[in-house]
Amino acid sequence: MSETKTKETTYKPTSPNSKLDFASLWEYSEAPESSANLEIKDKYDLFIGGKFVKPSKDRYFKSINPSSNEEVTQFAEATQKDVDKAVKAARKAFKGEWSDLNPSSRGKYIYRIARMLQERAREFAIAESIDGGKPIRESRDVDIPLAAAYFFYYAGWADKLEYAFPGKKPEALGVCGQIIPWNFPLLMLAWKIAPALACGNTVVLKPAETTSLTAMMFAELVKDAGLPDGVVNIVTGAGQTGAEIVNHKDIDKIAFTGSTNVGKIIQKSLAGTDKKYTLELGGKGALILFEDAPIDQAVEGIINAIYFNQGHVCCAGSRLLVQENIADKVIMKLKDRLETLIVGDPLDKNTDIGAINSKEQFDRVNSYLELGVEEGAEVYQSKCSVPENGYFIRPTLFTNVSQSNRVVQEEIFGPVLTVQSFRTADEAIEKANNTPFGLAGGVWTDKGSKIFKVGSALRSGVVWANTYNKFDPTSPFGGYKESGVGREGGLHGLSAYLNLK
Amino acid sequence: MIQNNKFEVVPIDRVAVEERVGRLNKRSIKKESKVQALKLALSMVDLTTLEGKDSEGKVRQLCQKAKSPHPSMPDIPSVAAVCVYPNMVRIAKESLRGTKINVASVASAFPSGMAPLPIRIEDTKYAVEEGADEVDMVITRGAFLEGEYNFVFDEIAAIKEACGDAHLKVILETGELHTYENVRLASDIAMEAGADFIKTSTGKISPAATQPVTLVMLEAIRDFYYKTDKMVGMKPAGGIRTAKQAIQYLVLVKETLGAAWLNNEYFRFGASSLANDLLMQIVKQQTGHYQGPDYFSID
Repeated sequence: MSETKTKETTYKPTSPNSKLDFASLWEYSEAPESSANLEIKDKYDLFIGGKFVKPSKDRYFKSINPSSNEEVTQFAEATQKDVDKAVKAARKAFKGEWSDLNPSSRGKYIYRIARMLQERAREFAIAESIDGGKPIRESRDVDIPLAAAYFFYYAGWADKLEYAFPGKKPEALGVCGQIIPWNFPLLMLAWKIAPALACGNTVVLKPAETTSLTAMMFAELVKDAGLPDGVVNIVTGAGQTGAEIVNHKDIDKIAFTGSTNVGKIIQKSLAGTDKKYTLELGGKGALILFEDAPIDQAVEGIINAIYFNQGHVCCAGSRLLVQENIADKVIMKLKDRLETLIVGDPLDKNTDIGAINSKEQFDRVNSYLELGVEEGAEVYQSKCSVPENGYFIRPTLFTNVSQSNRVVQEEIFGPVLTVQSFRTADEAIEKANNTPFGLAGGVWTDKGSKIFKVGSALRSGVVWANTYNKFDPTSPFGGYKESGVGREGGLHGLSAYLNLK
Repeated sequence: MIQNNKFEVVPIDRVAVEERVGRLNKRSIKKESKVQALKLALSMVDLTTLEGKDSEGKVRQLCQKAKSPHPSMPDIPSVAAVCVYPNMVRIAKESLRGTKINVASVASAFPSGMAPLPIRIEDTKYAVEEGADEVDMVITRGAFLEGEYNFVFDEIAAIKEACGDAHLKVILETGELHTYENVRLASDIAMEAGADFIKTSTGKISPAATQPVTLVMLEAIRDFYYKTDKMVGMKPAGGIRTAKQAIQYLVLVKETLGAAWLNNEYFRFGASSLANDLLMQIVKQQTGHYQGPDYFSID
């Protein structure tokens, strides 16, 4: 339907083909998850003060299914007036009801949200895959169950805040403005809303403009759960709407997850105000693979680190640092493993890599692929077929790259891994830390002491050992350096929504 | 004489192996790919009877089943082999004359391997002379666990020699090896010593075949192939009873070793009750209805 260019550029592998044949014989038949029972409205209004209300300027914008390039629905564009209305509703709910509510009743509401998310898990998963392009296997098994888990976890804290920080008196902050990204729409919503509500705050949340569907379905859920009006307000829109939230005078805290560039703009505009803030920004995680690692399992870990969610993960491990004596073997194994990744329809249960989230991101990743080639890197892409419509990119490896290459330095946010080798542990640590980011990293070795030595030398908020991309509501998450300020998850995430006196 | 240190311990991460299997189990095999998989799995079955009370009659009936698993559906493939004790090889061989179905014999003091090597070699030679096309030997687990890797290597090499032209499957009895590292090491030793196939279990020890153990062995086969260009086959045996399990095993093979291993020359199931469940599912796919178990012969 659209004239936008979706054809991807393919790069000729610069290395000989694998000895193993994964293509012929016994192909899996299509196994699509049915979306027949999911009702998507033609357009969604703003959710303010417990009601769905039309945007003041009556403007709506389209949301596109990135795997088919077709329109999914339309969302309302919230202007300054709408944001102000939402903040007023949130303030009213905060003063009148929510912060004074018996903490165990507050907990009850949050538990109810968690249970209802579980009940509606299938609908949410399908919606997430349609609107955002991620494979149903991930939205079904990761995004939605984890989102529910965060609500369950923070629900439990609601009536125990007095005990969470011994010697301190916890007080709610007030109205929280929350701006979330498009890579894990519902999960990021849960990370933001669950702790905020548990601590007695009310929220105005803005989902990303390309992936607002599950946030609006969540608004319906909140309504069905009978949450007091105005406790949760959801306003849709693009960057300007976000700016209205950040700059609104009656907001007490800003929580933002997104790009480092936008994070810097937000931090500048918050300077001189008394708003609290947490920023969870970009990353360029290093995966350090030692010669004594269990290699086949490490390869799986690397695949999970970079190709999970099309590489649209802020904590993705996008730089592989491999010890030189096993480098050739590991690269060969990675290339073979790429051949078994299935790229295609996000709703197919066998799809490993879905669609790139938007045309904008598709173009961005492709420009990095071109850049890598120009910089002299060797590029390898799997030979799998990809659908003609929609935004798809084959999983990609860049070898023969160095620390000075832009593809090694900058966050690509796509299914692209760079591979460098190292000789000593010190060299690996130095290379891993030589980045303005510091969100996450991984270490693979069979030796426990090496995990502690290297892990504690990495300037990175999260370090996974012999695994990657594992999340749990009890564990804090956040970055060093340009990867952000503050922590989400666990007790740390709780304190970010409280005044501790 | 080979030194012990020839065999390097390859580290295996238990958690990650099991996670990988869990992920592969999520593959959704439907429609045409399911029919294809069911027939493929049936053609890979080593129809097995290994009991003290086995009779000539039972072996003959099993061979009949092997040739024509479900006579009312003629396009169903025959199984790969019939697997019996050495003294039943002659009967099986006679019953299967004129077919492509192999006779496999367990040998080398199956299932424990607790006999002196010359006797185990004699046992093997006897099976081959009786007409066995394939020999399923066991390793001496005691020696392996003691770290006597040379002993294990040598016994496999000696029995391989005794096999002559017969294909050798080396049973590691993974249920007695305790760790994935040991499974991997035993696989490497067996392949270096000349195994044509590596096989998980005798079926006499629990646990028998599991998917994580099979994945570790498939990865060993892959590394051996990378290194030597030699394709070694894989046979999980024991505990595989349902078509669903069998399809999960095929997914492991497909995504670890690829298409070249997806045939009965390189992959087998050691099982007895699996065949009927596969048949039941094939009939279901073709007719749209399940038939009761009494519609399938029990041999």
